[in-house]
Amino acid sequence: MPPFLTEFQRSLLQAIQGGFPIVARPYQAIGQTIGCGEAEVIAGLAELQQLGIIKRMGIIVRHHELGFRANAMVVWDVPDARVTELGQRIRAFPFVRLCYHRQRVRPQWPFNLYCMIHGRRRAEVLEQVDRLIADCALHPFPHKVLFSQKRFKQRGAFYMPQTQTAALAAP
Amino acid sequence: MEATLTSLDRQLLDAFQRDFPLSPRPYAEMAQRLGVSEEVVLARLRMLQEQGVISRIGAVVAPGRAGASTLAAIAVPPARLEPVADIVSAFPEVNHNYAREDVLNLWFVVTAASREALVDTLGRIGHATGLTVHAMPMLDNFHVDLGFSLADHQGSSDAPLSHRISA
Repeated sequence: MPPFLTEFQRSLLQAIQGGFPIVARPYQAIGQTIGCGEAEVIAGLAELQQLGIIKRMGIIVRHHELGFRANAMVVWDVPDARVTELGQRIRAFPFVRLCYHRQRVRPQWPFNLYCMIHGRRRAEVLEQVDRLIADCALHPFPHKVLFSQKRFKQRGAFYMPQTQTAALAAP
Repeated sequence: MEATLTSLDRQLLDAFQRDFPLSPRPYAEMAQRLGVSEEVVLARLRMLQEQGVISRIGAVVAPGRAGASTLAAIAVPPARLEPVADIVSAFPEVNHNYAREDVLNLWFVVTAASREALVDTLGRIGHATGLTVHAMPMLDNFHVDLGFSLADHQGSSDAPLSHRISA
């Protein structure tokens, strides 16, 4: 763990990685699993948000169950000098869910700019990709559209060793 | 199966994918804002979680801020895709694992407490599957995570969600 996390922050993140309990006083229930009070949990979460360690807190949905079956990862091989500018243009489109600059894996995978588009139908997503290419002038750059075929696993990230979290799964 | 959402479900999902109330009774606060009772909100959220519409209610931790993570991919011989995917999913460090249409056909996200633990995990996945694991770590994030917008996908309107809650 990075050194800037306190012991308390670390145990709090660990306690919530499986989600908040859906009970009237969830922060009290979380506090009980790590031996602290409700107010400390609330203050601790507020601080983690302020520090940018928690970037969003709320309901985390599964797009597939909501009918968004056409889930595409679109990758481009763009010059490194332009990746930030192009990434910022791509992320501005409302149908773009996530947009990242990632390390290339040469020679198998030269792509360095990634975005995720979730739509109801394949044709709709492909039209959106065409729009991105046209509006951001991406024609010169090789790209691929990788639709997902099957989801084997989807849950939140568990940063802490599983052995430590097993006892916290059911507060 | 595709879940059927009630109008209340839609309002909950549109309004509370972020800015979840940090007050002792957050579900009561949500209920008050939507004009229903706390019991109704708790019951609907439990139902949505049971149906799989909600993965969880909780925090999304910024990548790289509380440990190390990376996207990774394997080119799995098609006949072995399912068993190899099961091996990969069995690692607690793997949170997303998808088959995608490419020679690199298995894509997953690996998280660990540190960079060393991440490298170690990638090595163990390679060993367990007998296949080469390619890691594509994030160098920059251009995205502001606002959650998943139901309204953006519903039709022509690009109006902010808050304007569409009554729809």
